[in-house]
This record gives sequence, C-alpha cells and structure tokens, in this order.
Amino acid sequence: MADTVLFEFLHTEMVKELWAPVARRGGGMSLSVLEGLGFRVGQALAERLPQETLAFREELDVLKFLCRDLWVAVFRKQMDGLRTNHQGTYVLQDHSFPLLVPMGSGPQYLEEAPKFLAFTCGLLCGALSTLGFQSQVTASVATLPACKFQVVIQKS
Amino acid sequence: MSRPAHRRPEYHKINKDLFVLTYGALVAQLCKDYEKDEDVNKYLDKMGYGIGTRLVEDFLARSCVRRCHSYSEIVDIIAQVAFKMYLGITPSVTCNNSSRNEFSLILDKNPLAEFVEALPAGRSSLCYCNLVCGIIRGALEMVNLAADVTFLQDRLKGDSVTEIGITFLKKLDEKKCRRKK
Repeated sequence: MADTVLFEFLHTEMVKELWAPVARRGGGMSLSVLEGLGFRVGQALAERLPQETLAFREELDVLKFLCRDLWVAVFRKQMDGLRTNHQGTYVLQDHSFPLLVPMGSGPQYLEEAPKFLAFTCGLLCGALSTLGFQSQVTASVATLPACKFQVVIQKS
Repeated sequence: MSRPAHRRPEYHKINKDLFVLTYGALVAQLCKDYEKDEDVNKYLDKMGYGIGTRLVEDFLARSCVRRCHSYSEIVDIIAQVAFKMYLGITPSVTCNNSSRNEFSLILDKNPLAEFVEALPAGRSSLCYCNLVCGIIRGALEMVNLAADVTFLQDRLKGDSVTEIGITFLKKLDEKKCRRKK
C-alpha cells in the first residue's frame, strides 16, 4: 500500500536534511536529531500496540516482541534473527531492511548506510522505553541491504 | 495465534500512524530549530518539494493516468487519484478564476493532522501541513508545470475547512499534452 511509500520518502528526505554526525562520549546518551525523532515515534507507536502485549514477564519476551510484532507493524516483515548473550545485549538481524533496500548494493553506498539506520535505532530505543526498558541501540551494515541492530539494555 | 501477525487490523493502523507520527515529530523538531513560523513553513515546503520530485515517478508507476489536456484535468487527478492513493482522502476541487489556472483543493479531513488538536502556543502562523504544498509543487515541476501551491485556509488555524490553492504559472499549450500527477 502506498502509505508505506510516503513514510519511506519522508525518511529519505529527513536523512538528507537532518543527518549530522554526533560525537559520542563514553557514557553519554546524546542522540542525533534523527535518533531523537525515531525515539519519539517509537514511544508513540509502542503505546498503540495491542494491550495484551504490554504485560511482559521477561526482557527476552520484549525483544522477541520487537522482532516480531513491532517490526511487522512498522516494516511489514519480521526481523530475521535475534541473538543474545543473556546478559542484556541483543543483536537483531535483518537480512533485507526495507529502508536500505532502495539503495544500491555497491560498496560506495556502505558509507551512507548508517544515516539510514539512525531513525530506526531511535525507534527501537523509544519503543523499549515505553515498554519499561532504558537502552542504547546502535546499528551496523556489512552488506547492503542486510543490517544488525545492537541493543544493550541498561541496568538501573 | 489464529491470524498471521501482519493481517491484524491494529498493525495496519500502526503502519498508517507511522507516517503521521513521524511527520509530527519532524514539525516539532523544526519548531525547535527555527523560531519564526515562516522559516518552518519554508523548510517544510522545501522538504516537500524534494519528496514531490521523486514521488511523481512512484505515482506514475502505480497509476494509469491518461494524458491531460487541461489544468482542471490535472487537478482532478491530484485530488481523486494521488491524494486517495497516498493519504486515503479525496479533496473536492474548485476552480477559482475564469482563465482556469487557479484551483483549490478542499480537504474535509486532514490525515496529517490527525493527532494535532491545536497549533503549539506562539505558532499561529505555522502551516502545519506545508509539506503537502511542497510535494504538489515538486511533482508538478517534474512534469514541466510550474505552479504556486499554498494553504489558503487551515482548520488548525480556526478556519472551517483546509484549503490548498494551486496556481499554474504558465499557459498550458493545448497542443502539448503531458502525462500528469
């Protein structure tokens, strides 16, 4: 449906206009503008998800929920893989991330790829926040259009 | 689970909300970055223009619009096909002058402003949906039709409807028919 297309076009325009590199200090939580936008949207989206999903028992359930339900709701597909060290670090793998798919797959685009992941990192972080977890989310791309999101749950 | 996740109606709504919420966050961010309403409006228009220049290709690929022979046909297509396709609404169209190059799209409902009750305090000149004007302008320009597109009325500013004015700047050469958004 065309709605998704509008979001993708808006996202691309936002990356073009708003992306700026952010120096991260050790423990600092400064989010780039794009991550901040994603965070707000992630928070709001998580609030709209079906009520029964909000009664989680474990951290792992929350991550599974993000990989299945949230990803399907937002990107119309499930995350392709989830790994964890069972100590608060999770790696979410998407073999064909929709916001990267329109980019060419040559190595020259690899440099640009992180810009297209910033919003979504914020989205995950914001959704986790609504679900009761503080986190740090980063992303990396090895081969377009596959990418990995690393989620580190902060212990309070 | 009895139904596959992506068919649940809540998820469809969330997908629609994604664009509206992202747009809202963007406007809020621009209001932080720019003090003057005119600057936010201009920026939204500029971003919309960038989107429009690319969206028009997507539109033409998805729709089977025939060649247009008049500005009013073009505006009808914008209202009945493009708006319907991307925003799920069909604004009504009026022609505002006898030389038939000034038109209005009247929006009864504005999906972009679905979660907005009122403009933020101190932002009374903000054209919240100015992105849309830019999109229309950019799309038209990609098919060689220069136009001015602005909000003439805005429900968020207290008007009874939301009205987008489109003024074509050149006389359309009757012999040169162009496929249009």
